[in-house]
Amino acid sequence: MRFSRDGHNVTKIEPWYRRLMNVKKKKADNLQLLNWEMAETASFQKQYIIVAGVMFLILLVYMARMWSLQVLQGATYRYQSENNRIRLEDISAPRGIIFDKNGVPLVENRPAYHVLLIREDVQDLDGTVRELARLLGRTPDELFAVLEANRTTPKFLPIRLAADLDRDALARVEAQRIRLPGVVIQLEPKREYRWNGTAAHLIGYLSEITESDLKQESYQGYVQGEDVGKFGVESAFERFLHGKRGGRQMEVDAIGRRIRLLDELLPIPGRNLWLTVDIELQRLAESLLEGKAGAIVAVDPTSGAILAFACSPTFDQEKFVRGLRKEEWQALSKNPNHPLLNRGSGAAYPPGSTYKAFMALAGLQEGVITPETSFNCPGYYEFAGRRYRCWRDRGHGGMAVERALIQSCDVFFYQTGMRLGVDRIAQYVSMFGLGERTGIGLHGEHPGLVPTSWWKRQAIGVPWQKGETLSISIGQGYDLATPLQMAVGYAAVANGGNLWQPYVVMRVEGSTPVETDEIKGKLRRTIPIAKKHFDLVRKGLLGVVEDDRGTAHAVRDKSFLMAGKTGTAQVVGVADGANRKLLERMAKGKTRDHAWFVGYAPANDPRISVAAIIEHGGHGSSAAAPVVQKVIAAYLKSESAAAPSQ
Amino acid sequence: MMDRRLIENFDWSIIWVLLGIICIGLLSVYSALYPQIRANPTHNLFIKQIMWLSLGFGVMFFTLFLDYQKLKAVSFWLYLATVVLLAAVLVVGKEVNGSKRWLELAGFQFQPSELMKIVIVIQLASYFSTQEMTSYPPLKKLLTPLAFVAAPVLLILAEPDLGTAICILAISGTVIFFMGIRWKYILAMMIGVIPLLMPIWMTVLKPYQKRRIEILLRPDLDPLGAGYHIRQSKIAIGSGMLWGKGFLNGTQNKLHFLPEKHTDFIFSVWAEEWGFVGCLVLLVLFGLLVFLSLRVARRSKDRYGALLVVGMTALILWQALINIGMVIGLLPVVGITLPFVSYGGSSLITLCFAIGIIESVSMRRYVFQTR
Repeated sequence: MRFSRDGHNVTKIEPWYRRLMNVKKKKADNLQLLNWEMAETASFQKQYIIVAGVMFLILLVYMARMWSLQVLQGATYRYQSENNRIRLEDISAPRGIIFDKNGVPLVENRPAYHVLLIREDVQDLDGTVRELARLLGRTPDELFAVLEANRTTPKFLPIRLAADLDRDALARVEAQRIRLPGVVIQLEPKREYRWNGTAAHLIGYLSEITESDLKQESYQGYVQGEDVGKFGVESAFERFLHGKRGGRQMEVDAIGRRIRLLDELLPIPGRNLWLTVDIELQRLAESLLEGKAGAIVAVDPTSGAILAFACSPTFDQEKFVRGLRKEEWQALSKNPNHPLLNRGSGAAYPPGSTYKAFMALAGLQEGVITPETSFNCPGYYEFAGRRYRCWRDRGHGGMAVERALIQSCDVFFYQTGMRLGVDRIAQYVSMFGLGERTGIGLHGEHPGLVPTSWWKRQAIGVPWQKGETLSISIGQGYDLATPLQMAVGYAAVANGGNLWQPYVVMRVEGSTPVETDEIKGKLRRTIPIAKKHFDLVRKGLLGVVEDDRGTAHAVRDKSFLMAGKTGTAQVVGVADGANRKLLERMAKGKTRDHAWFVGYAPANDPRISVAAIIEHGGHGSSAAAPVVQKVIAAYLKSESAAAPSQ
Repeated sequence: MMDRRLIENFDWSIIWVLLGIICIGLLSVYSALYPQIRANPTHNLFIKQIMWLSLGFGVMFFTLFLDYQKLKAVSFWLYLATVVLLAAVLVVGKEVNGSKRWLELAGFQFQPSELMKIVIVIQLASYFSTQEMTSYPPLKKLLTPLAFVAAPVLLILAEPDLGTAICILAISGTVIFFMGIRWKYILAMMIGVIPLLMPIWMTVLKPYQKRRIEILLRPDLDPLGAGYHIRQSKIAIGSGMLWGKGFLNGTQNKLHFLPEKHTDFIFSVWAEEWGFVGCLVLLVLFGLLVFLSLRVARRSKDRYGALLVVGMTALILWQALINIGMVIGLLPVVGITLPFVSYGGSSLITLCFAIGIIESVSMRRYVFQTR
């Protein structure tokens, strides 16, 4: 032991292994343990050296780095800091293209030019804004208002003063830009709807991202002013279509001219989508609806793929991209014809007699009727002292299930419904996907309604009345279904009980061809009803078109066998004895019934199932059936043209 | 009555070095805030910083009277309380810029992760000084202290506050290293961390959190955000050249290019105005501070005191090294302040407390001298 200069005693450092042995020896002795601790404190010496060494090494590296930055490259940086500025530029990613099933582009991108202002580069803000206003044909106040709204934006960041210039304005600004430091023209891809208005409800539209959207996690990486899908496929497939924006750091000179690219992150374009619809069939379906309000939905009964999805009236998608003015939005949203309403899957109607196919299957499977069970139809059904009428006042006479479907006898299904009861009806109808969303994934899908006694107590607070079972048996009363649900439900009847989840996008294409996802149909369930019952009901549905007395016999097409069912959805209940025709004239057709037809073809090997509703169209046979027939005919023709060997 | 020896053993050299760093800090903060101060003299963060400093010195003074030996008894409870606070932050914390770091107590905002930097040192020092340890403790003995470190680090990562988490790991690592650890353990730990972090990366982190960390590690992924800051910071430092542009003459500074120029990027303000020479002075001061603190540790009367001082020194050292490394573009950008230079209250008070502990240990080394 020795004393150091400051009187502090220090134990000579021993190698660690010797210390280790000493510890074992001296463990018991408390005082000695203290001594050992002292010794050990000093013996941290090795660690001190290592820590100090590491520290000085790091400091040395730092000093070298600073020498390199400040002395070796100092002049360059000094030059950059004095004469140059770095500008940040955003590179937006082009959004994915949407094709139809045959590769025809439906939605593309076009270049749009915006005027940006970087205030830090502007020498005379007031003068520049006034000059710009003159060039753009706007009032200076309009532009000052934009600046005011972006007051908190850092001065080196660009502010978008005017979006999507027309060619003349672009030329004027471009010509004067040299005189206007701080003014930048930005090129950005903008959405272009090739067949503007066609399949608008299916494809959807874009609109500028809102303040509240930006805060959401799903919109991480989005920036102010960017467009996002707000409706239809554009919205449902946003995460594929959007891509990832890039950016670059540009060195610019004092008046904002670009000098050199410093750093760049290239954008990743959005992925392309291939829809299941065929634009030709889609256009045909829409032309059939022209001037009417309604919807046509066609699905492939072997996969659930949507073949056509037409809603009428439709709307202008380009308007949304351009940015709707307030009055334009008001005109759209307050339009009594509701052009924004997606009548294919976002609106539900009483299904009327189209319900009868499900009723027949339920009755047969539950055994409350047999194929031979015959009920007499005198033109009405009497229950609890009230007469419930058949659509045919004279009555149909005695008939079994097949003929009851062909002639759409209400009385037959009143009786079947009474035997089943409301809850058993609901159980079967629900199997066909009614009363629940189909899962197509589009914005605002209506679930429809299949009433049960429990539902009525919950929703309305009154117990179920037996008489109400009669109206729901023929698809009236509380029953509600969307055209999409009916098309899918009939597809399940057509294919013998496979209920598909409908889908509209069959392929998501990557930026490289390798990155391609094929989307296959998803089977929701197999309906547990015996094949012989399906066969019988399908025979009835075939008779609706093919039988001389079938309600849709008028639309029979010799080239293929079509099966289906007409329906009439009551808009207003008409009291017994009232003059229906007079009422309709008084309300200018607004009380006329909605006309339904749901059908599929070819009846022996169904490849398309179509539901059509024509609002206030009157009878399904005359208003809706011809529409469906034409869609099916066109589809089968194009299909055989595409595959001549079949 | 005050023991005369307490004053005799007070280490003034540390205080002088500290004052030097603080002066540099005040000059830089004033310069960074200068455009704001000129525009609006009532909203003066500089005055606030001086108030924080006075409060910090108050805390330091208070710590001097505290016999650090007494901390040993309460260290575990202190540790536990801080862990609970960290957990509380995740539940009721105030969210700023997408991470929850602050607790609000009676109008005061307070960051438990700052407190944890101190508490973990006290806890580890207490633990190691009560355990019987050889200079190379077996792995078994290291599991408990590793658990002490893991709990707060995971909680802080969840906030998420990568900067502070790394800082705590570095501080604890230094303390554990000081206790003596075999190189093979260090190697094993470095390799072992990867499979440990993978499941966290895969499951716990949300995509946007992953993105944030990715950008942190590679600023060029985000040329408009982190990448831009780094480039501007490098221009500021480089343009300072050998002698600097002079006080209040930094031009990069006036461009308001960095939202955090008076906190995390304060070093670039100093470097621009005082050049390579100024940087050298600051680095040397930090080196001296660490050297003097380690001298205190070496002279301390027991293992506990030595470990405390080592931990507190590590706290200052690592924070400085990580901050400067990130500002000069050698390390990824994490939110960490430059000790005694950056603007900010909680960090300043934590650091003053650390210096207080170092001095407290220095003052109480007489016990053995008299024997």
